[in-house]
Amino acid sequence: MSSTLESAAPATVAARFDYLLQLADTSLILGQRLGELVGHAPAIEEDLGLANTALDLIGQARLLLAYAGEIEGRGRTEDHLAFLREQHEYRNPALVEQPNGDFGHTIVRQVLIDAYQLELHDQLQNSSDLRLAAIAAKALKETRYHLRYSGSWLIRLGDGTEESHARVQQSLDQLWPFTRELFDEQDAERALAEAGVVPALADVERHWSGRIDGLLREATLQRPASTPYHWFGRRGVHTEHLGYLLADMQFLQRTYPGATW
Amino acid sequence: MTVSKDWPLYEIFIRARGGLDHKHVGSVHAADARMALEHARDVYTRRLEGVSIWVVRSTDIVASDPGEADELFEPARDKVYRHPTFYDIPEAVKTL
Repeated sequence: MSSTLESAAPATVAARFDYLLQLADTSLILGQRLGELVGHAPAIEEDLGLANTALDLIGQARLLLAYAGEIEGRGRTEDHLAFLREQHEYRNPALVEQPNGDFGHTIVRQVLIDAYQLELHDQLQNSSDLRLAAIAAKALKETRYHLRYSGSWLIRLGDGTEESHARVQQSLDQLWPFTRELFDEQDAERALAEAGVVPALADVERHWSGRIDGLLREATLQRPASTPYHWFGRRGVHTEHLGYLLADMQFLQRTYPGATW
Repeated sequence: MTVSKDWPLYEIFIRARGGLDHKHVGSVHAADARMALEHARDVYTRRLEGVSIWVVRSTDIVASDPGEADELFEPARDKVYRHPTFYDIPEAVKTL
């Protein structure tokens, strides 16, 4: 599959490009968010832990964006795609662009997305697109550690003091609605799933849900009820937070085009 | 940094490769042993330094008293014959 790009139908190329952007932008934007915490974590050991995760995520984004650029075939490099797109062209779920908040808030956001990426990468290992499968297999090892880190913190904070419990429960209630779009399968994605390129989102959701329930139980937290949700970052409809993040992230390339170091 | 003040200190030992011994590399603050392992992983194995980690509560390490160094270590100073350097090694022995 991966070696026959040139002969692939234009619709398939567009769908695969879009899907790769979704994966890449999820890692890229979350990596950028975590990078903001360097020098601000509650302890120096956590500072390094979060920075390690951020670097893993940005590394994943690089591999995926480089591949997306090749599939698109318009000569855009990973840097073009990372730094020179407009806000509505980013395809990350709005969950990952949400501000860091306190440490517990960062951890809740991290658990929700780590568990999601874990299932995605696990299933993408079997993709008929061998290059995507290889990227996923590499990312899976990183993601396992990410969830180990964030999950153990969720349990500590949820099952910790009255104060820490109340605060992470509040963060969970606040961030939970954003998980809805993670499993919102679009037509193009369904077609890719049927072709064996990407996993069916219903499968991913079932595994994610079970894993999250287990963690919440251990953390003595309540799973929030489903509520209406309006943002669909994966379709380019973002919250106001992404613009500020991009202004920060793109500043250098916008001000000094082509700058390298 | 208020959190880490309350966390006990753990000493970190890393095995660089299978077959080698664990070497002391430093210490981290952590709430418990599991967290200490994660912190050690994040702080001391970022550049592929190891394949195995030991963590030990610093307070569980019993150390010799520097003030007793004379009686502990000085007596060995004039006993060079304890080094196995007074033997001729046969040519046939390749690995010793």
